[in-house]
Amino acid sequence: MKEIDRVFKALADPSRRELLDRLHEKSGQTLTDLCRGLGMTRQSVAQHLQLLEDANLVAVQWQGRSKLHYFNPVPIHAIYTRWIRKFEETRLDALRELKRELEHERKDHE
Amino acid sequence: MSEKFVYVTYIASTPENVWDALVKGDVTRRYWKHENVSDWKPGSKWEHVSADSARTLKIAGTVLESVPEKRLVLTWADPQDRADESRVTFQIETIAGMVRLTVTHEDINPASGMLQKISNGWPRVLSSMKSLLETGRPLDTWAS
Repeated sequence: MKEIDRVFKALADPSRRELLDRLHEKSGQTLTDLCRGLGMTRQSVAQHLQLLEDANLVAVQWQGRSKLHYFNPVPIHAIYTRWIRKFEETRLDALRELKRELEHERKDHE
Repeated sequence: MSEKFVYVTYIASTPENVWDALVKGDVTRRYWKHENVSDWKPGSKWEHVSADSARTLKIAGTVLESVPEKRLVLTWADPQDRADESRVTFQIETIAGMVRLTVTHEDINPASGMLQKISNGWPRVLSSMKSLLETGRPLDTWAS
């Protein structure tokens, strides 16, 4: 599987996206840190982390005997340059603004 | 508490070319629009200078470790604010026929302006370096 395929596969799962969010909030966490407050077994968190590491979305560094996990944003940047930037951000921004206003209006009418 | 960030990219290239892309000004300017200037000996000064005619000094520091094609450790500071010095390690490894380049940026003072610059900066720089080494062209945002 190519790196970009592994990245999309890794991002397709909400638990893995949550793990990335948590590593983005605080970089350099152990498996035990990451298990805290998640409704998942330690084993499944470890499996998700392995998949994220295989996709190069998580980098691991050892500090003494602690295995620390870091969010690696480089593959996300590759997706951005390959799949988002070329679709012209200004138009996307205009659409997002329109959606926000329309949804806001609908709420006002409810 | 100081902050630490780790960036990893896999490049279809050789350790020699990745090393040159870090230390040779005529290569860095092609994907980074800046030149890294030093004799790259431990203890020497190094500078990150804009590649335009202004030659603006953007980052300055000291070479802490330098093992060609393997490992380069630098101190890293805004020349206007040298007290806020952080540390950058470039680690070059060969894994399954690819070069794995790991950039570790640590000892960053969270109160300094460096934090924001870094989190936007490294992924762009590394993607552009990868593009140059693999295709001969940098990312278009950096092309001159």
